[in-house]
Amino acid sequence: MHELSIMQSALSLALDQARQAGGSRVHTIRLRIGALSGVVPEALEFAFEALAPGTPAEGAKLAVEHVPARFWCAQCAREFQSDDLFAECPGCHSPSGELRAGREMELASLEID
Amino acid sequence: MCKECGCGLPGEDPVGVSAHHHEHAHVHEHDDEHEHEHGAGHHHGDEHEHPHTHPHTHAHQHDETEHQQADGVGGGTRRTVEVRRAILDKNDRLAERNRGFFRARGLLVLNFLSAPGSGKTSFIRESVQKLGPDLKAGVIVGDLATDNDAQRLRESGAPVVQITTGTVCHLEAEMVSRAVKRLDLTGLNLLIIENVGNLVCPASYDLGEDLRIVLLSVTEGEDKPLKYPPMFQSADVVIISKIDLAQACGYDRDTALANIRRAAPKARIFETSAKTGQGMEAWREFLFQQQQERKALDPLSL
Repeated sequence: MHELSIMQSALSLALDQARQAGGSRVHTIRLRIGALSGVVPEALEFAFEALAPGTPAEGAKLAVEHVPARFWCAQCAREFQSDDLFAECPGCHSPSGELRAGREMELASLEID
Repeated sequence: MCKECGCGLPGEDPVGVSAHHHEHAHVHEHDDEHEHEHGAGHHHGDEHEHPHTHPHTHAHQHDETEHQQADGVGGGTRRTVEVRRAILDKNDRLAERNRGFFRARGLLVLNFLSAPGSGKTSFIRESVQKLGPDLKAGVIVGDLATDNDAQRLRESGAPVVQITTGTVCHLEAEMVSRAVKRLDLTGLNLLIIENVGNLVCPASYDLGEDLRIVLLSVTEGEDKPLKYPPMFQSADVVIISKIDLAQACGYDRDTALANIRRAAPKARIFETSAKTGQGMEAWREFLFQQQQERKALDPLSL
């Protein structure tokens, strides 16, 4: 259910942007989805197939770029990657307070004409 | 549209599954009997799709080349448009607008979040009654239906505005900006927003608040911060409520605190009881300090 509504917002934004750019058809929608966003790309694809028919994005390709989670450890002054929501710094094993990337849910670009 | 659970949402344009479908995108079959103001020389032989927000007025200009398509697949003008916008960008921008408005008014704004039944309303009512002379609060409360909470909150003497969300499981920035217009802000320096009881969806929606306050009652189980990490990770403050019931429900304090610190390492933690007043003074003191800090940051206030 959750991905259906994300896809609705994304498609809404995509159609809006396509229209503003003077496009009448959308061929590709590129999304960036963070590892910790709680969104499953396969479910997005399924939702897109259900939502796109009847819109200018019917038949378009949905390309989802996975963004790995990156944390910052202030104690060690280093960045580290982990797809665990409760990531520990591999240096000092303290829980990280700062997530630098991984929550993204972004419409990156469109291919239109 | 709520990205988490798919509940309905009046503020945005749902695509494809709502009754408004036809207003957002529809298919046109162009033929000679169409009343559009097209220039001469068009030949729409195929089914052609336009993204229209307005169903029957075609004011836009068609470029001649756009229509020289054999089968609607494109006329060789295919191009990439960089967007780079958050899918919830619209809410984020409205939240920033709210934040600017609140700052200019010198309001400290709190967004209260928790599962249903954690004691948000009782906690807010007791907080407001014990604020003392330096803090004066207004309250916005969101629920799917009824204004029962608003009525309970009015007992505190504070001005209260109810948002009834219908089927929407969280508050959004736009709903808050509309509700604020119904609240008399004269003399207020604290705005408390009680979100819809829900530990999932409201986490994603910035309302323009200064602080996110997440409540966890001792009756809910110590592992809740681990079960709903996004909500607790977004918290500036975690309030452990109903501490007077701790013994009766076998509450394991050490485990609860460890779990909260794991999910929200930077959050301030208060252990409170709205019923007995335990911990409420420390909370009041914290709010007063926060309000003073906001005031000091504002160059226009004296």
